[in-house]
Amino acid sequence: MVGKTESQNGAVKATAAPAMNLESDLFSNFSFKSFKLKTKQQELLLRVSILGLVYILAFITRLFSVLRYESMIHEFDPYFNYRTTLFLTEKGFYEFWNWFDSESWYPLGRIIGGTLYPGLMVTAAFIYWTLRFLRFAVHIREVCVLTAPFFASNTTVVAYFFGKEIWDSGAGLVAAAFIAICPGYISRSVAGSYDNEGVAIFALLLTFYLFVKAVNTGSLAWALASAFGYFYMVSAWGGYVFIINLIPLYVLVLLITGRYSMRLYVAYNCMYVLGMLLAMQIRFVGFQHVQSGEHMAAMGVFFLMQVFYFLDWVKYMLSDTKLFQAFLRITVTSAIAVGALALGVGTASGYISPWTGRFYSLLDPTYAKDNIPIIASVSEHQPTAWSSFMFDFHILLFLFPAGLYFCFKKLSDATIFIVMYGLTSMYFAGVMVRLILVATPAVCLISAIAVSATIKNLTSLLRTKSKTAVAGSSKGTGGSKASSKASFDQSQPFQKNGAIALLLGAFYLLSKYATHCTWVTSEAYSSPSIVLAARGAHGNRVIFDDYREAYFWLRQNTPPDAKVMSWWDYGYQITAMGNRTVIVDNNTWNNTHIATVGRAMSSYEDEAYEIMRSLDVDYVLVVFGGVTGYSSDDINKFLWMVRIGGGVFPVIKEPDYLVNGDYRVDKGAAPKMLNCL
Amino acid sequence: MGVRRKMALRFDLIIFTILLFASPVLSDLILSKVDRRIDLTSQIVRITSTLKVENEGSEPVSEVLLAFPDLQVKDLALLKASPHEGKGKVKSLSASLPVENVKPNGMPAALTFYAVKLPKALGKGDSYTFDVLAVFAHALRPFPEKITQADIQLVVFQESAFYLTPYVVKVQSLSVKLPESRIESYTKLENTKIHGSEIKYGPYENLPSFSYSPIVVHFESNQPFAVAQEVVREIEISHWGNVQVTEHYKLVHGGAQNKGEFSRLDYQARPTIRGASAFKYLIAKMPPRVHSVYYRDEIGNISTSNLWGDSKKTELLIEPRYPLFGGWRTAFTIGYGLPLKDFLFELEGNRFLNITFGSPMNELVIDNLIVKVVLPEGSGDISVSAPFPVNQWEETKLSHLDLTGRPVVVLQKTNVVPEHNQFFQVYYKFSKLSMLREPFMLIFGFFSLFVAGIVYMHVDMSISKSSAAYLARLQWDEVQAAIQQVENVINRCLTTHDKLEASLRDLSRTGDVQACKAARKAADGLLKELSKELKLVLSFLQSSSAASQILPKVEELVAKEKDLQEKVMAKHSTVVDCYEKKTGIRDSENRVAAQQQKITALRQEVENLLELIDEI
Repeated sequence: MVGKTESQNGAVKATAAPAMNLESDLFSNFSFKSFKLKTKQQELLLRVSILGLVYILAFITRLFSVLRYESMIHEFDPYFNYRTTLFLTEKGFYEFWNWFDSESWYPLGRIIGGTLYPGLMVTAAFIYWTLRFLRFAVHIREVCVLTAPFFASNTTVVAYFFGKEIWDSGAGLVAAAFIAICPGYISRSVAGSYDNEGVAIFALLLTFYLFVKAVNTGSLAWALASAFGYFYMVSAWGGYVFIINLIPLYVLVLLITGRYSMRLYVAYNCMYVLGMLLAMQIRFVGFQHVQSGEHMAAMGVFFLMQVFYFLDWVKYMLSDTKLFQAFLRITVTSAIAVGALALGVGTASGYISPWTGRFYSLLDPTYAKDNIPIIASVSEHQPTAWSSFMFDFHILLFLFPAGLYFCFKKLSDATIFIVMYGLTSMYFAGVMVRLILVATPAVCLISAIAVSATIKNLTSLLRTKSKTAVAGSSKGTGGSKASSKASFDQSQPFQKNGAIALLLGAFYLLSKYATHCTWVTSEAYSSPSIVLAARGAHGNRVIFDDYREAYFWLRQNTPPDAKVMSWWDYGYQITAMGNRTVIVDNNTWNNTHIATVGRAMSSYEDEAYEIMRSLDVDYVLVVFGGVTGYSSDDINKFLWMVRIGGGVFPVIKEPDYLVNGDYRVDKGAAPKMLNCL
Repeated sequence: MGVRRKMALRFDLIIFTILLFASPVLSDLILSKVDRRIDLTSQIVRITSTLKVENEGSEPVSEVLLAFPDLQVKDLALLKASPHEGKGKVKSLSASLPVENVKPNGMPAALTFYAVKLPKALGKGDSYTFDVLAVFAHALRPFPEKITQADIQLVVFQESAFYLTPYVVKVQSLSVKLPESRIESYTKLENTKIHGSEIKYGPYENLPSFSYSPIVVHFESNQPFAVAQEVVREIEISHWGNVQVTEHYKLVHGGAQNKGEFSRLDYQARPTIRGASAFKYLIAKMPPRVHSVYYRDEIGNISTSNLWGDSKKTELLIEPRYPLFGGWRTAFTIGYGLPLKDFLFELEGNRFLNITFGSPMNELVIDNLIVKVVLPEGSGDISVSAPFPVNQWEETKLSHLDLTGRPVVVLQKTNVVPEHNQFFQVYYKFSKLSMLREPFMLIFGFFSLFVAGIVYMHVDMSISKSSAAYLARLQWDEVQAAIQQVENVINRCLTTHDKLEASLRDLSRTGDVQACKAARKAADGLLKELSKELKLVLSFLQSSSAASQILPKVEELVAKEKDLQEKVMAKHSTVVDCYEKKTGIRDSENRVAAQQQKITALRQEVENLLELIDEI
């Protein structure tokens, strides 16, 4: 905590420094007696202080959960991340890289170093080591808890620069303010939500910003920076696939719309080649960039760029347009033919793997439901409802189309990018609930453009008005200019009032947005889900801490080599908090294994006992929420146990458990259902 | 209520095969009266014996021997002798008599002896009465050793009905106090009486030395058998006003092991019946003015605790995450802060910490207690004084903003009972100046950060000093400076104009033409100077290629300003002329009004231009 605030201060101060210097320059140059700042310096100071405030706001709005509960890790996956980070800080990087974890997926085990994205853990460990080096004796848990808010704050800064790049600094400020409190982002970055996404959104936005900057400037340095941003993103989250598909798509669109330029060529080639090479250093990603179908688009566009460049050169060399046309035709057809052939051969020979199920399910929302129950069983993989869009975006949802309008009105390379980013990510957000997160930065940026442009227009209207009014009054009789302006006034008599009304309306909407965000953050997104709080009969807070009670009992009172069977949701928590071996956990890499557990859970007691014996299970953890009225217990998840179990073992048939197409556990339940409980 | 099996109790008692010696009398002491009270109400066994010794020999005696069987000695946590002061008087610690372990010759091997030094030697026929308190930690044995959730916990205690001593005892009696009146069985001897939850043996008279008659009491005890296998207490002193105490507990229920399954539902419904042997909470008695108390474990905060207190004491009730049944373990940490001035004192340049040794928990047996006192960085000359023997060594600890680490005094003791909760002292030397080091480090850190920022802003970091972009930027900087200078000059011109206007207003009020003329003269001089300055800057701008974009605007501005200047001068002269010639005021007003209009328009334009340039 101490470290965090310190680094915040650092950032604010560092940006404040230029303002101070300019001021002192001004002072020495003109030896003014008054301390009055020039307009420009005033603006800079304002901008920096607003940005600083937004930075702090983004951090503290995510601390609700710490204040209300405690400094703890939330949900399921973060526990795994926490456990690995702990391992990393204790044993060092090389041990971590070669870690074979026998505590999960018993009896198979899991190679941790090769099956995770290490970006988050390395980041947290790096922060931890830095603080330790600066002699702040913090606990690694505190670092992990506050990593997500810290990176959310950094994201606001990136959003500011991004907004400045695609529109102007006003839009950048608004975007920073939007993203700081947007519930869609807060949901994954509250304190304690120590998950890949917390860091990844920062990396995603940074990569995009650096790439757009590289395209705008054509500078090799920015392209290099964006390659490193991409590397960081790859190391942090599987969502990097979005980048490696969106950027080629964007380049393709620019090529088609005739916006090809040398800047684009430099930016894309440098970013792609270096980014690909860097990404191969991550073991979990490995050679996917050249071997998997999801990454082929980027490679195709890369070759297309070379063809374009070659054609440009030939065009420059050839003066005859007719000849060039012919040459163009031959080259383009042959290039496409070679590309298609290479892709075909690669796919056929198995060198290039086809798209994975998750990727398919993004393109076709119904795919997972029919084919992969394990993906469909996760609630955050469900298609998004309108209400959750409204919940997560609020007014941004209406400002988004307005922003798109402004972007189209002032088309440039940068605005084309943000439009594409916004549209594609909105589509994905519609397919999967969790991808709202990816759409959030784009929505914030585009809405910020709308707000900034609108308010700027309105205020400029107001300002010219007031100026002529002042001038008119001082002039008295009125010159020719004033009279012309007066006539302009009369042509639109309600313009000024209209502008004021619109401004007030905008202000009202924005303040509504702020209150909504605060409310959502405090009510919906700040509960750690492992500790449940409810209002008691007398309005006091009752805390249910049964999960941790169970985990801690396991930790203290079972033999250290005991194996615990539970549904996979609780796997990470048992290993992290209970410190015991589990059969399956949240890294759902082996469907058969999970199906075995599902089968054990949904069979008769004697059968289940046999299965558990074969898995060498000592303890079984089941969650029953009937007493306290907790809804997401194992009965609720039973549907999926049956479905996933049935997916692999045909012995288990879903209709056996149903009565009139419903799951019931009371008297009216199916006999098979009752018997296996 | 579960079915209780009546089972035949068979004890594998280790019968002491102590021969009744033909008294190789050490000295001629006899115990004329022995009164023993055994307190079995908690898991800790406390035996208080009141001994009246009489010297029947001729030589003065200053030592009295106490004998304990070796089996008991391993559980013996504390042995304390103090002069008997009758009932109702508070025993003071200082009055305790020194006790030491001795090995007298010719005594049975299975016994361990302790010698109590009497305050003064007993002469012939003298007598002296004192109390001996012996505290045993694990003397109660659960029987049966494994029980289910519904069973109650039964424990066994063994002792001798007669006081084991190398002396002849004239009169003795024994009373055993039990927590509850339910007694499974007890050894019946002659003169055994039972009153509710108290069993009385004796009085017995004229017993020879080393008389022994084993008794066994088997009774119900649902008192918490909280045993801490290890407690680490860390006491950290901050001279900024706080003593931070952190205590790590590894707790186990030391009673009968739980067998079979545990049903939370049963427990929830009837905790007193289905879970009588479990303990749910512990109470810690803390010093007053304790603050920032927390209670947590490895996986986070534990929400089940309660704190209340008044000016004399603070009580903390903590519940572990789950009720502890026999054999179950748990681990947790509590921490609290204490005001420094209550515990740290100064004595002849030395500072010393005076704080209790043991854990604040009620009725807790600690198998291994480690107390660490973390002194501030830079303290020296450390020494410890403890009321009982402890192992001791030193460590260092690195904490916030430490360079060399803080010295840590570690004290270790096994078998600790609440009676060990006595004050101990740590003496050390620490200079006040060292306190300021850490704030200075922080100040220096931030200062150097800002300095680095300033240096970064002022240092030219470009690699190539001759590249076109770099030169262009340099030029642009110069142009900007020049333009700011222009703006500045124009602004000063404008203020001069304002001054002239003001002088005109003064003129119309006072009619003082001379003052007005003087103002005019001063303004003239100033404006001339300014125009010179302006010319210089303008010529620079004209020569600079980077300024070509902005130059027309600047020139326009300068021209407009010159125009404005002339107009203002003209107006001024007109008005002054009018006053001097005393011509018709109306006439002058007409003339001035026309000029005034032009001036306002020009002024507006100049200001607009200024703003425009400023925005560029």
